[in-house]
Amino acid sequence: MNRFAELLDRLAYEPGRNNKIKLLVAYFRETEDPDRGYALAALTGALSFKHAKPGLIRDLITERTDPVLFGYSYDYVGDLSETVALMWPKAELPGHNNPPPPTLTDVVTTLRTLGKAELPAQLARWLDELDETGRWALLKLVTGAMRIGISARLAKTAAAALGDKDPHEIELMWPGLSPPYLELFAWLEGRGDKPVNLDPTPFRPVMLAHAIEDSDFVNLDAADFSAEWKWDGIRVQAVAGRDARGHIQARLYSRTGEDITGSFPDLVPSLHLQDTLDLKHDDSRKPLHTFRHHASFAIDGELLVLRDGRVQTFNVLQQRLNRKVVSPKLIKEFPIHLRAYDLLGDGENDLRELPFTERRAHLEAFVAKLNDPRIDLSPTIPFASWEDLAAARADPKSAGAGDDADAVEGVMLKRRDAPYLPGRPKGPWWKWKRDPHIIDAVLMYAQRGHGKRSSYYSDYTFGVWTRGDAGDELVPVGKAYFGFTDEELLQIDRFVRRNTTEKFGPVRHVVHEPDQGLVLEVAFEGLQRSPRHKSGVAMRFPRISRLRWDKPPREADRLETLERMLISMTGS
Amino acid sequence: MRPQDILMPVPAGLCCKPGGFHIDPVRPVERALITHGHSDHARAGHGAVLATQETLDMMRLRYGENFAGTTQAVAYGEEIRFGDVTVTFHPAGHVLGSAQISVTCKDRRIVASGDYKDARDPTCAPFELVSCDVFITEATFGLPVFRHGDAADEVKKLLASVKLFPERAHLVGAYSLGKAQRVIALLREAGYDAPIYLHGAMEKITNYYQERGIPLGELRPARGMKKAELAGTITLAPPSATSDVWTRRFPDPVTAFASGWMRVRARARQGGIELPLVISDHADWDGLTATIAATGAGEIWVTHGQEDALVHWCKSKGLAARPLDLVGYGDEDEGETAAVTGEAEPTGGAKA
Repeated sequence: MNRFAELLDRLAYEPGRNNKIKLLVAYFRETEDPDRGYALAALTGALSFKHAKPGLIRDLITERTDPVLFGYSYDYVGDLSETVALMWPKAELPGHNNPPPPTLTDVVTTLRTLGKAELPAQLARWLDELDETGRWALLKLVTGAMRIGISARLAKTAAAALGDKDPHEIELMWPGLSPPYLELFAWLEGRGDKPVNLDPTPFRPVMLAHAIEDSDFVNLDAADFSAEWKWDGIRVQAVAGRDARGHIQARLYSRTGEDITGSFPDLVPSLHLQDTLDLKHDDSRKPLHTFRHHASFAIDGELLVLRDGRVQTFNVLQQRLNRKVVSPKLIKEFPIHLRAYDLLGDGENDLRELPFTERRAHLEAFVAKLNDPRIDLSPTIPFASWEDLAAARADPKSAGAGDDADAVEGVMLKRRDAPYLPGRPKGPWWKWKRDPHIIDAVLMYAQRGHGKRSSYYSDYTFGVWTRGDAGDELVPVGKAYFGFTDEELLQIDRFVRRNTTEKFGPVRHVVHEPDQGLVLEVAFEGLQRSPRHKSGVAMRFPRISRLRWDKPPREADRLETLERMLISMTGS
Repeated sequence: MRPQDILMPVPAGLCCKPGGFHIDPVRPVERALITHGHSDHARAGHGAVLATQETLDMMRLRYGENFAGTTQAVAYGEEIRFGDVTVTFHPAGHVLGSAQISVTCKDRRIVASGDYKDARDPTCAPFELVSCDVFITEATFGLPVFRHGDAADEVKKLLASVKLFPERAHLVGAYSLGKAQRVIALLREAGYDAPIYLHGAMEKITNYYQERGIPLGELRPARGMKKAELAGTITLAPPSATSDVWTRRFPDPVTAFASGWMRVRARARQGGIELPLVISDHADWDGLTATIAATGAGEIWVTHGQEDALVHWCKSKGLAARPLDLVGYGDEDEGETAAVTGEAEPTGGAKA
């Protein structure tokens, strides 16, 4: 447990991705089975046991410490687990030899079978045996609130790095593995065979697109590409297959391979198919062609909300995401829909090696056969030249998207001859987003960045003008911490240091008067009403697109401009 | 005689009327007794200053030759009389030359402990317990969440990180006086014998430690080093420098900070610290409470820090206790900031 605690402790402070991987690899190398396997499970969210409630932890500490001192301490530290970990009194254990602290394996395997009534006493025993960091990690683990900035993907990438393997290989076999992953580590260390994925519904690593620049078109021939709308929903992979007993299983994965089936129960029935063989006959009763309909398949597509056949904007979809409970009301108000754009597997056949046009033909036949109102085909956009496509992109409504145009955020270009390649290979797929919305805002506050940027003021809060009690004043409308070049970062950093009016901890107030200050051109993807912001609006994906040294702050945009944009975007 | 007739807090600091002196005054006074060299306790401009030789030397280094009208060096244990009052200095274990000041008047003894710690420190004399009637204690870490553990383990953590990231520089924030030298000494004890690099603001004081016979091994200025040469090295710097433009000369630095505050995650994160090292020159909660109990004092006066919690603890143990409202003591680094920013800030960013 102590070694795992040290790892968590270090990861919690480390901002750099590569450095996190390095810390994880070192841990996997130095830690023996099965501890490292349970650690991998903890980091990928693969452990399951009933989590302890904060109330239980609080009871444990109040039985053991002065409540007044606990109160002062909790106020100071601000986090219950951490306060308890730090002030847990040294145990006076009977006997001369202290028992060794529990291993991660002890903790995980005990928790799996422990009754609810036994939990408090067991937790107290462990807390007695561990040091401060160990107690902190234990409490994070048992309350299920790790929050140390590690994604499941990153943990798997580190495991792959241990054996110098491609993380996609682990991704592919992952659904078939279970903690403590002994066969995985054996393979990574060259001591065993590659684990076989027996999962009937494996996740297949997705193919991603590069953003296209104007200069890229020069080298590209329109005839080599197929185009589709880029839908503003969430990328998903719908997979179905038969398990060992012949039962059909269906899963919905996010683009990172996270299982999100539970959030969309309304889509699951549409993914349960039966194997059928359809024969079409002509008049002479000779089979014209056959189509085999498989229960197992993998669709790559976009998850959308459709109302009366019309695709809703991302703002609407968002209200269905990240819900703990999916109520019937939610399902009814936000009917979920899968818009398919690729078919990766059909029956036993892996289609990923086929060129796009062939996969597309398979997909069209598949979706037509499926004939399910919840799953449809993402249409292609006919175009003969880049000019045609540019026109379609500028006006999706009249170029075929019709009433769904509000949910289109650009176009996708896919090379007709390209296989389905996991990751983000440059060349076969491009995304060509609609031009972002742009406003001129005034820099108001700046904060230091993290990691490599910790000596730079690189997080900026910007505002626009609005009428206040005493004339025009700036109201903050967003925060941005990227979009600028390294050279621009140096320039802004210098500006912030020389024009600070006040300091509050890590935050600097930067001069923002009508004739003094820095105007930032901010690009963003969308606007939403937000009661949490004083301005009442929140931006999606804001970034600094240009520095307007030439512009006096008084000429920056006004809140009314954003209000108007909001109305034209959402109609409300 | 009541204790408050011997020592009482006034705006200038802790005043001994019958002896005619102040302890660690924050304003210029006629006669000052100084516990240790940190700038919030040792200020310039007093008429006469009584302190240990080391503390006087440190004041001279910081403020120049004329930092006081007259000075008198006192040895640990040496008795000095001011009228009815007898004064002795005893090791406080805080930094080199640090002292508790014992003030005795008509059989009643008050010990003003200044800043102290009861943990091991190879760079200064160990804390000496002085039995007394009234004990004046600091409360910097006066909450039961502050338990500091063995500093040697924290240094091991630093060395493990240096081994894991040989291509990066390790930048350890540490107060220039005391902490920096203790960290260096602990690194040497742990077997680290490569040169250790120093920020310009801590060269003078570190040289002074070496002159006083404290072995710190080979030290080099970080100034003028090429970026690539600093890969895999350890550099000590004042805490405020570790997030400044000065750090841009280091290859992908790992920012560490050696301080008791690092026990609390939010504090470490606020400072953008990647490698918190819990190494403190102040007593932790267990140290404070054990020391208070061991002095045998029936009355405890609590100064700078988390007074409320410590006063509450004393009362729960049946001791008379009260907070002593003294202002002007706290983060010793604040006094060092000027020296640091003097190097970095006015250059305005990019070119440093």
